[in-house]
Amino acid sequence: MDRLETHEDLGFASDLLIFSRENRSLACGNLRRVTVLFYTPVPVDQVAIEERVAALAKRSLKKQAKVQGLKLAISMMDLTTLEGKDTAGKVTALCTKAMHPLDSDNSIGPCAAICVYPNFVRIAKRALEGSSVHVASVATAFPSGQSPLPIKLEDTRRAVEFGADEIDMVIDRGAMLSGDYQKVFDEIAATKEACGPAHLKVILETGELGSYDVVRRASEIAIAAGGDFIKTSTGKIQPAATPAVTLVMLEVIRDHFYRTGKKIGMKPAGGVRTAKQALHYLVIVKETLGDAWLTPDLFRFGASALLNDVLMQLEKERTGAYQASEDFSKD
Amino acid sequence: MKKDITKAGKAQLARTQKPSLDFGSAWEYAPSPESTDHVKLQAQYGLFIGGKWKAPKSKKYFATISPSTEQKLAEVADAGAADVDDAVKAARSAYDTYWKKMPGKERAKYIFRIARALQEKAREFAIVETMDGGKPIKESRDLDVPLAAAHFFYHGGWADKLDLAFHGRKVRPLGVAGQIIPWNFPLLMAAWKIAPALAGGNTVVLKPAETTPLSSLMLAQIIEEAELPPGVVNIVTGAGQTGAALASHKDVNKVAFTGSTEIGKLIQRNLAGSGKKLTLELGGKAANIVFADASIDQAVEGIINGIYFNQGHVCCAGSRLLVEESVHDLVVKKLRDRLSTLRVGDPLDKNTDVGAINSREQWERINELVAAGEAEGGERYTAPCKLPSKGFFIAPTFFTGVSMSSRIAREEIFGPVLSIMTFRTAEEAIEKANNTMYGLSAGVWTDKGAKIFWMAQRLKAGVIWGNTFNKFDPSSPFGGYKESGFGREGGRQGLSAYVEVL
Repeated sequence: MDRLETHEDLGFASDLLIFSRENRSLACGNLRRVTVLFYTPVPVDQVAIEERVAALAKRSLKKQAKVQGLKLAISMMDLTTLEGKDTAGKVTALCTKAMHPLDSDNSIGPCAAICVYPNFVRIAKRALEGSSVHVASVATAFPSGQSPLPIKLEDTRRAVEFGADEIDMVIDRGAMLSGDYQKVFDEIAATKEACGPAHLKVILETGELGSYDVVRRASEIAIAAGGDFIKTSTGKIQPAATPAVTLVMLEVIRDHFYRTGKKIGMKPAGGVRTAKQALHYLVIVKETLGDAWLTPDLFRFGASALLNDVLMQLEKERTGAYQASEDFSKD
Repeated sequence: MKKDITKAGKAQLARTQKPSLDFGSAWEYAPSPESTDHVKLQAQYGLFIGGKWKAPKSKKYFATISPSTEQKLAEVADAGAADVDDAVKAARSAYDTYWKKMPGKERAKYIFRIARALQEKAREFAIVETMDGGKPIKESRDLDVPLAAAHFFYHGGWADKLDLAFHGRKVRPLGVAGQIIPWNFPLLMAAWKIAPALAGGNTVVLKPAETTPLSSLMLAQIIEEAELPPGVVNIVTGAGQTGAALASHKDVNKVAFTGSTEIGKLIQRNLAGSGKKLTLELGGKAANIVFADASIDQAVEGIINGIYFNQGHVCCAGSRLLVEESVHDLVVKKLRDRLSTLRVGDPLDKNTDVGAINSREQWERINELVAAGEAEGGERYTAPCKLPSKGFFIAPTFFTGVSMSSRIAREEIFGPVLSIMTFRTAEEAIEKANNTMYGLSAGVWTDKGAKIFWMAQRLKAGVIWGNTFNKFDPSSPFGGYKESGFGREGGRQGLSAYVEVL
């Protein structure tokens, strides 16, 4: 008979039961422990979630509240370039931008991190030397994740070896959708181990998961398996981050905090292009998780086009007039 | 002094030290008040009778104040019996001369005109509604005014299709409708009353509540500009006595009242045997029922919306929370944190979630019931927020450990105060939900669709919301059971209250 127990270490109470059993593998006769996830999913009401984020979009942010929010948003940005045509030149320029978003105003920035493919981690690390900007690297056969686990783990180890401070992994969406939660869990746990000291962000690719219920389930698995951050998207699939899907994930983070006191980070990525959108996200964070999450340690934006729009809005608040987009460097 | 910590005390301590969220001041929203510069209020308003503005024969006026600043906004006529008589005469004359002869498609044009004018002046209406009544501008802007316009549009559409509305049976209008409306949704209630009356071919004398007359008077201005035939809509302002004169006037064919159960009973008693048609929309003590299998976070939003929307001044407010015992602690914890994010204060600020209590009288009544709740053993929790020094404000409050027999579980509080009780089975939830003299609305929260229908068949309430709360639409009939009144407003059911089906 299987022994059913609540796995306190992972901080789950009633709704996620982890049961371990001893399983004799017939092929080699070894005893090994298998962890199986069972749980009663917490339902998510799509209509109500979307209504709630729509209501939060109506917060009116003026003057210093706007300026403070926009500066906060910049400090939370993971400036990202994830293209086949990336070069050392492009990555170096992006690093400069991350350190000094606006040449004329040193009070703005720096950004939280830059996010690149493993091949550019060393270059970025060198370019960012002496600054507080982290290097995040995607890994685990990003963006599809459709490679054997050993390759994904090797991908991760190499990125860390090159100097990545943070690893953005992708989950196996196929396993998630086919109900093989164990595989999803195990891969994340193994990647976390491979990360060593680097922080792990787990990309759920919510645009491929089909419903908020699956997003919620994937978030719980990612957190249980050791993710430091949960992240919406790779940016390669539409829809990428949305306010509603972000709120669903923030609610999982909140429930985890209530149970364990542990703070998991959140990163919406892809699709956040305007200052107005960024402020909307910050409002959602502020009114869902409170002050503690209003920091780059626990909230990030994965974006590339967002920074210049935020800078333009900040300059508009400072000077009273909009400037041409040509006034901001396009790196 | 060293405290002796007992086992129970330790458990208590552990519970209170559980991680809790901090909704502090790391990032404050700057004040964002809606500008009132372009709103021109008159110093004094007369009565709108027979298409003209008239000084009251009573020669009396009273002040209407802003409940958030306690400043006087304007003086309003206090209509006496003679004024009410004039208004009813004007309505009768308009009915005989123009309105009953006018084809439905012509009546519809006037109703649509009112709807469009409301939309055009939406901002002004929202601001005045907020200034006079105390409700947050975001609610008057996003709900009251658009929904009022929607009611005129909806009923305008029926005006030339009345013969199709009741299974092909012919209908005829009733005559003069006397309508008395409350202060919680002043403009919206005026629309709920006037629109179906006009669509049905009746003329109207409307009395707004004494604390919130301004939006009805602005509506009168719109009606004047829309060039409705004189006397089709008459607006008389005043307090209880004016309402009594209207409800008991001999030449009124139909009385519609929305307000307290106490006054509703009085009106019904007075009308007994008169042959007048009557609809009453009275108080409520709605059960909002949360099952353990619900989407808890969304249910918490629904609880908030159910009771703190419009400061709880909602007859269908979800003022009794029935929560399945197994998730009680979780729901209460989440509610506490959610209360910390409610922004209480200046109703004109676009970020305000909970505005001012409508009047000092209501403020005192709510405080009295809160005190009764504490005296009867309920455990009170009030949101930690700073209230403005002027005006009538009450911080969002809920009670746990409330017994079914306590006053706060039985009486309508009509304020931002929630009473939380538990249940174990669906049958128990039904029994407790129906254990009230009211029956206006109810809410059911569960992820199981079949359970919602099972519950809805057994709940004695006129409106039942599934996985949502406080949703309104002109096409959806609204009204109560038992002491919450009778008759429906909205939809064909609401329309039928303003016509005789032949």
